[in-house]
Amino acid sequence: MSILTERIRSANASGRKAVIPYLPAGFPDRERFWAEVSALDAGGADVIEIGVPFSDPVADGPVVEAASLECLEHGVTLEWILAELGRRKGAFRAGIVLMGYYNPFLQYGLERLGRDCAAAGVGGLIVPDLPLEESGPLRAALAGTGTECICLVGLNTPPERLAEYARVARGFVYFVSVLGTTGVRESLPEEVLAKLAQVRPAFSVPVALGFGISRPAQVAPFGDLIDAAVVGSALIKRLREGGDGAGFMKDWREGASLG
Amino acid sequence: MQKGYFGQFGGMFVPELLMPPLLEIEEAMNTIVPSEAFQAEFKALLEDYVGRPSALYRCPNLSKRLGFNLWLKREDLNHTGAHKINNALGQGLLCRHMGKQVLLAETGAGMHGVATATAAAMLGLECVVYMGAEDVSRQSHNVKRMGLLGARIVPIESGTRTLKDAINAALRMWIAEQRTTHYCFGTAAGPHPFPTLVREFQSVIGREAKEQMLRKAGKLPDYVVACVGGGSNAIGAFHEFVPHGEVQLIGVEAAGTGEPGCHHSAPLNLGTPGVLHGAMSMLLQTKDGQIEPSHSIAPGLDYPGVGPEHAGLQASGRARYATVNDSQAYNAFRTLCREEGIIPALESSHAVAWALENVRSIPKKSDVLVCLSGRGDKDMGIIEEFEKNLKG
Ligand SMILES: Cc1ncc(COP(=O)(O)O)c(C=O)c1O
Repeated sequence: MSILTERIRSANASGRKAVIPYLPAGFPDRERFWAEVSALDAGGADVIEIGVPFSDPVADGPVVEAASLECLEHGVTLEWILAELGRRKGAFRAGIVLMGYYNPFLQYGLERLGRDCAAAGVGGLIVPDLPLEESGPLRAALAGTGTECICLVGLNTPPERLAEYARVARGFVYFVSVLGTTGVRESLPEEVLAKLAQVRPAFSVPVALGFGISRPAQVAPFGDLIDAAVVGSALIKRLREGGDGAGFMKDWREGASLG
Repeated sequence: MQKGYFGQFGGMFVPELLMPPLLEIEEAMNTIVPSEAFQAEFKALLEDYVGRPSALYRCPNLSKRLGFNLWLKREDLNHTGAHKINNALGQGLLCRHMGKQVLLAETGAGMHGVATATAAAMLGLECVVYMGAEDVSRQSHNVKRMGLLGARIVPIESGTRTLKDAINAALRMWIAEQRTTHYCFGTAAGPHPFPTLVREFQSVIGREAKEQMLRKAGKLPDYVVACVGGGSNAIGAFHEFVPHGEVQLIGVEAAGTGEPGCHHSAPLNLGTPGVLHGAMSMLLQTKDGQIEPSHSIAPGLDYPGVGPEHAGLQASGRARYATVNDSQAYNAFRTLCREEGIIPALESSHAVAWALENVRSIPKKSDVLVCLSGRGDKDMGIIEEFEKNLKG
């Protein structure tokens, strides 16, 4: 079983939703980033999503975009991320996922990427601008490395496409909660519930809900329809406001056990 | 080959949330666009509203001096002043046929924004235009025009504050508003089906030009030359001639100031393959895959990517892509003003400059067809500034 599936299922087995914090690599700065990742891990994050910064992040809202661009200014590259992860291999209990746009992965070289992700203990890649039709080369490069290509689906994904994604989904499936970009929202659209009722039975891997989630109470209404929640912009905001990963995880672990 | 590819270039590298609306447009492109009703409506608009066919003009003075026939396909005579209106009207009509109420556009130089605002006003659609904040200040004349036409202009402050960031912002808005909104992409780039759809609407340029050449010169041109930003006027001019192997197709990219290491807009000549704005194409990027800023004196060419069909035509050898720098373009601009009484857009001046700069290698008596993609009214401020620097 994928380490990502295993981590999420084991959270569920202990009666809570898995918590998947997202942080762009090198945020707030290159040193403190790894300290925060360690704090998130020690605080009980089940999977940690590390953002690979890109100059043109089309699926991101202003908070993630601004943080990513700062990381680029700090000189963060995919090469640096994989090298630093490699040095820390085995240090994290959480599964590690990289989330980034296709071009930096492509320029790194897909085969080299597969090799280095495996060496660095990366459990999966989330590539928001790589729909099913274009994902063949990346899937081929990752095959047999232990790094999975994570699928994203959304409110407007028709049943036929859900079925096609279900055939290739490994690790978990990422359900995008809004027709929109990343960023905190006061409430999630009502259609999420109805769509999840379609998505849940289509997939055998766990379902993670992401985009727009800021408080544990927001995911409570989804009950058994989701297995994990991804939280990005809210964590970035918290770090900007002087908070830290440990406090963030404390709130979420307590909140998520309600669900 | 996979759908939407030109050799190894093209594709649909977009968030899954954009796949349904893109597939909907593809479906509309394959069913609505070829229908007789759509074609009749489109053709009538091109004739009566845009003023097509646009003239094919043989420059008498320059042809004499250069020793070859310089023919201009006068897209500058179109309503709103550039080729952009062909595509904006085509997509505006399609938007209405698909039952959507809002036309969303991005614009760099402002010409596509003006064209889309015009089409929207005429077709009774709402119009929202995303424009980099830098371009809003460089192209204030066009911003005012769009305002008069009833468009809402959204200045984009992120990134380099230019066209590339306006496209990012427009794609983001489209994710959220896809149910009511058609994204009227402004050039033959972006995810499938836009490169094919835009080419379909712009290929009227080459179709007319071919017919006009046969009538006026009794033969096909030896060269077809067009400037390449995203590549829509060029692909429109080229498409009809692609099967005629004896016609040389020359795309002209902007070399910026031309100094070593300067910013430029020449991804086909100086870029590498990569993925931006939904397509695999040639790109200006770092070795880590971050997009590099571009520059040209012509705002409409200032883009770090290029339409995938051009990358495909380059790879197959069917078309060649050259570069022209800012001062060469300026000189061509001046030459056309003074010697033919035509004030061309700075974008189009790049294509004219290629013909002027290559006078030695172009055989005498050749027929050189240049797509004059637009007029230069919008560029007066840039010209003034450039001349001030020349003197200072
Ligand atoms: C007059 C003119 N020519 C050319 C272009 C470049 O666009 P494309 O390369 O899509 O033809 C523009 C873009 O704004 C333009 O205004």
